[in-house]
Amino acid sequence: MSLNKPEISRGIDGLLLWLYILLCCIGIVSIFAATYREGDDIVKTFLSFKTDYSKQSIFFLISIVAGTAVLLTDSKFFTATANLWYAFGILLLLLVFPFHSNVKGTKSIIKFGNALQLQPIQLCIVFANLALAKYLSRVETDFTKTRSQLVAAAIVIAPAILAIAQSETGLALVYFSFFLVMFREGLPAIILIIGFSFAILVVATLLVDPDILALILTGIAGLAIYIMRRQIKRYKSVLFGILGIWIVCVGIQRFAVPLIFDHVLEPYQVKRIYDTLGKDYIPKDAAAAADIAKNTETKKDDGDYNVKQSKIAIGSGGLTGKGLLKGTQTRYSFVPEQRTDFIFCTIGEGFGFVGSMIFLSIYIALLFRIVTIAERQRSTFSRCYAYGVASVLFFHIAINLCMTMGLAPVIGIPLPFVSYGGLSLVTFSMMIFILLRLDKDRQMVLR
Amino acid sequence: MPVFNQSRQTVIRLIFATTFLIIVVRLAVLQLFSDKYDAQAFSNAVYKKTIYPGRGIIFDRNNKAILNNTIIYDLTVTPYEVKQVDTSYLCSLLSIDTAEFKNRIITAIIKNGRYRPSVFEGLLSLELQAKLEENIWRFPGFTLVERPIRTYPFKAGAHLLGDIGEVDTAIIRRSKNFYQMGDYVGRSGMEQYYESVLMGQRGVQHLIKDNKNRIQGPWENEKYDTSAKAGRNLRTYIDIELQQLAEKLMANKVGSIVAIDPKTGGILTMVSGPVIDPNDLTGNTRQKNYAKLALDVSAPLMNRATRGLYEPGSTFKPVGGLVALDLGVINAGYGVSCAGAYYGCGKVIKCEHHNPGHAANMRLALANSCNSYFSQIYRMTVDNPKDHNTKAGYTRWKDYMNAFGWGEKLGIDLPNELPGSIPDTTIYNKVYRNQWNSCTNVTLGIGQDKMQVTPVQLANAMCVIANKGYYYTPHFVEKIDNETPADSILKPFRIKHEALTHISDEAYEAIHAGMQDVVESGTARIAKIPGINICAKTGTAEKYTVLDGHRIKLPNNSMFVCFAPREDPKIAIAVAVENAGFGSTWAAPIASLLIEQYLTDSIRSEKKKDVERIASANLMPAYLKRKQFIADSTRAYYYFNLRKDSSYIKKYLKQRSAKVEKPKQDNTTVSSNKNTAVENKQQQSAIIKQQIPVPVVSYKSYGNSRNRNLCFYKEAFLFVDDKHFKKQAAI
Repeated sequence: MSLNKPEISRGIDGLLLWLYILLCCIGIVSIFAATYREGDDIVKTFLSFKTDYSKQSIFFLISIVAGTAVLLTDSKFFTATANLWYAFGILLLLLVFPFHSNVKGTKSIIKFGNALQLQPIQLCIVFANLALAKYLSRVETDFTKTRSQLVAAAIVIAPAILAIAQSETGLALVYFSFFLVMFREGLPAIILIIGFSFAILVVATLLVDPDILALILTGIAGLAIYIMRRQIKRYKSVLFGILGIWIVCVGIQRFAVPLIFDHVLEPYQVKRIYDTLGKDYIPKDAAAAADIAKNTETKKDDGDYNVKQSKIAIGSGGLTGKGLLKGTQTRYSFVPEQRTDFIFCTIGEGFGFVGSMIFLSIYIALLFRIVTIAERQRSTFSRCYAYGVASVLFFHIAINLCMTMGLAPVIGIPLPFVSYGGLSLVTFSMMIFILLRLDKDRQMVLR
Repeated sequence: MPVFNQSRQTVIRLIFATTFLIIVVRLAVLQLFSDKYDAQAFSNAVYKKTIYPGRGIIFDRNNKAILNNTIIYDLTVTPYEVKQVDTSYLCSLLSIDTAEFKNRIITAIIKNGRYRPSVFEGLLSLELQAKLEENIWRFPGFTLVERPIRTYPFKAGAHLLGDIGEVDTAIIRRSKNFYQMGDYVGRSGMEQYYESVLMGQRGVQHLIKDNKNRIQGPWENEKYDTSAKAGRNLRTYIDIELQQLAEKLMANKVGSIVAIDPKTGGILTMVSGPVIDPNDLTGNTRQKNYAKLALDVSAPLMNRATRGLYEPGSTFKPVGGLVALDLGVINAGYGVSCAGAYYGCGKVIKCEHHNPGHAANMRLALANSCNSYFSQIYRMTVDNPKDHNTKAGYTRWKDYMNAFGWGEKLGIDLPNELPGSIPDTTIYNKVYRNQWNSCTNVTLGIGQDKMQVTPVQLANAMCVIANKGYYYTPHFVEKIDNETPADSILKPFRIKHEALTHISDEAYEAIHAGMQDVVESGTARIAKIPGINICAKTGTAEKYTVLDGHRIKLPNNSMFVCFAPREDPKIAIAVAVENAGFGSTWAAPIASLLIEQYLTDSIRSEKKKDVERIASANLMPAYLKRKQFIADSTRAYYYFNLRKDSSYIKKYLKQRSAKVEKPKQDNTTVSSNKNTAVENKQQQSAIIKQQIPVPVVSYKSYGNSRNRNLCFYKEAFLFVDDKHFKKQAAI
């Protein structure tokens, strides 16, 4: 921390900043590789602001300018206005319902004219992060109490519910990544374990025949009783606990999952989940079949086809890849949505395993750096916020990469800093810059 | 605040690391440990376009193109791209219904898969092609693809040129997958024999296509592309004008003409009757005509020049004479006294002449075609005292025949040639249980018995006689354009076979003199051309066939062989006209006209009406009509049994019942009914059939050809019985 440096850059974490800039540049190059057409004049198209890669560069510049502005603010500004921002975000989300525009397959976008479109649910991630950090860092919050835990959960789940109401299930799931923050702040580990077990149970329900699964569950319960027979002799409650868990599991498997699939999720979403698991989904009635047909046709992305082509693209990259602009899969638009959600195909095909490993290591470096930054904060607010950023980024990266490689259902989550999309780039940039700003004052205790 | 939670950062870091590890493993599986994705990406994006080279052209001796290439269009379909097609309009253009449309799409998917084009409607007519080209934008997934086909400007040479057709699985397998489905190859004739020369070399163009199968440009800067090499042209000995004349003369006749240049072995003309127009078997007319020709019992698609087996009859006599002279069993002055028949063996062999002295020497015997003389010298040849016994003598005689190129394949440049038949002693041993002598097969001396030759073999024997001993294997192709030493295909045709040069010149001269007398004063005076010394021999061979279970004698085959001019032979001809009578009535004038055309390049005006007379004569054998009826009705009955659709057999039923009615009325007077022999036979058999109760026939073994012949008759019975038909129709 040399005093010669100008005020703005003093105390800024250089590594994080450079990783961020590097990722943004990789993103622009990838979008260029995916959308550049043979014979275009590169300089001209870059300056015309008509092509996707030039638009993305503009948004990158905007992000840098806005980020500089963030760095110039006082760090107390964020603690002071966190709740205000959150309220603003919820208001925006509510405004979406009457004012959303007709964009394919979603009800979450407000359009201003032709060029600008706003998806409040994306912006709201930042606001929810701030609000959660604010709540957790209050002096009067005792996070060991269940009540506090419920309030914190409500803060993050409220936007998620609104997102589901706007048919943006994918983005709604992002909000659940905040539970990692809560875990860091003292949420009992059992809740994460239960959540994880629940997920496994749901997947098993879909994969295994219900009767056989019930038998397996019963078998596990029986085994548990046998192993713990000594404890049961001493404490009857253990037996009831095991039986209770068994009843809940069978209940979920027998009733809850079919209920969710038939009534909560849209048929096309169910189909995508089935696709990921490699099973055929048979629509239960004509309306469901029509819904699937409508969604696959309007969105032009039959999930199965996307994933197949994306796997071919990544797989054909081999060890060293085909080189920039040489990938046939991405150059000739075999992978749909390849500049947005499936941008990783361009990297995988063009630069192969080696390139992908370098790319992944940049991401993991970024995440670990953020965790390191979080742990060196004196104020809880900054730490919570930093963990929030790490969780959100982690969730996006993991799900998006798994999606392109056929490990997760196609739920339309962008790859941070790399996928094409002005709003998502600006949103993620703001998260990073706010983090940088807070980190600058890491010796201060913010309330 | 809860500092104790600090340890949880490790847990979070672990979660991050584990997840990334899973992703890395997955990435490694995709990119490093499975190679199928590479291949899939290649087949996704790279379209291997085969460039078909132009097929080689075949020229005649005067460098006129006998056949040409022209382009016709196929309508192909890529089922995967067929979306929102104006189906009803397309169907109306092609005049098919929507069910047929669906059927073809399904067939295409089965044949070539969803993503590759298959032929939807092949070989479009010009008019249809124009209409489709205009409207092709309405039919996404459909494209018009060029398909080069052959045209024949002289409308001649169908049998020798052969045709090209789509490859079948057997050809693909034999070629070790060199050919691909949809390729066209020579399927018969010279097109098949010279396939490797004519086809050229296919080129491959790698093109990049996008997700909608639109071509985006070349792949990898054409680095892996190969250019197509056009097929090479063939220069042949064929005289196309002679060929046209010969085909004209052979119209409406069953038989064959072969003309060879004895000096080179080059085939000048090869005709097989019934004559077909090669243009009928190309392009969009092929399908229709091919079926018709293939079902014709006169077998117009068969090349009788190489696959027709004929008893040479008297045309064998010059050969028999030569053998006897060479063996020294006789000399040219040897004579027999013939009083109209040969009585030397138990059976009587009739001779056309009975005036004394008509066989006083070889020359006279040949000119008068004396059967007694040649029967006698055959026996003398086989019973040669130099040999121990008849069998040894016969074997020696057979070796002579083989030296003439008879009894084994000549090896001409057409596929599927037949060897003819000069039986081995083993065959006679078997038939006559070792008890046979020169009398048993004495008619071999006059070209009958078990001796069978193809017209091209007959013409080749003439070449040997004309050349006094040597011959070149008959062939069409003189040279290949841009021939390289690697082209071994023509090597066998450039070897001089000095098979019979050991026979003395005197013997040849004696035979030549006799053959010249055949034209000057003998049986073939009609063939005489002033100023040209023609050596010839007529032949009249007896023919029998089995019809409706009876062996009947057919009119004789008219045979003729000749070469001209005697001093410097330029053309040797063999003509066979089936069931046309004497050799001198039809075969001789045909050969004479061909010699005149070839040697003088024109035909005298007084002979021109001869051309018209012969060309307009219809000599199709009468018995073929009956054979056709049997074949057609049998087939109809077979399909009726398969499909239970009585419309197949309706017309045969009517015809039959009408025919049956007549003899029923005058059942008793049939024997006095004086019709022609064949008709008489028919009626008799019809009556016989009526009396036989209808057998219930099992058609399980239909594919076996022997059983099929049996079925002819059984089914013919069935048609007689209307009751039975009604029972069948009711099923």
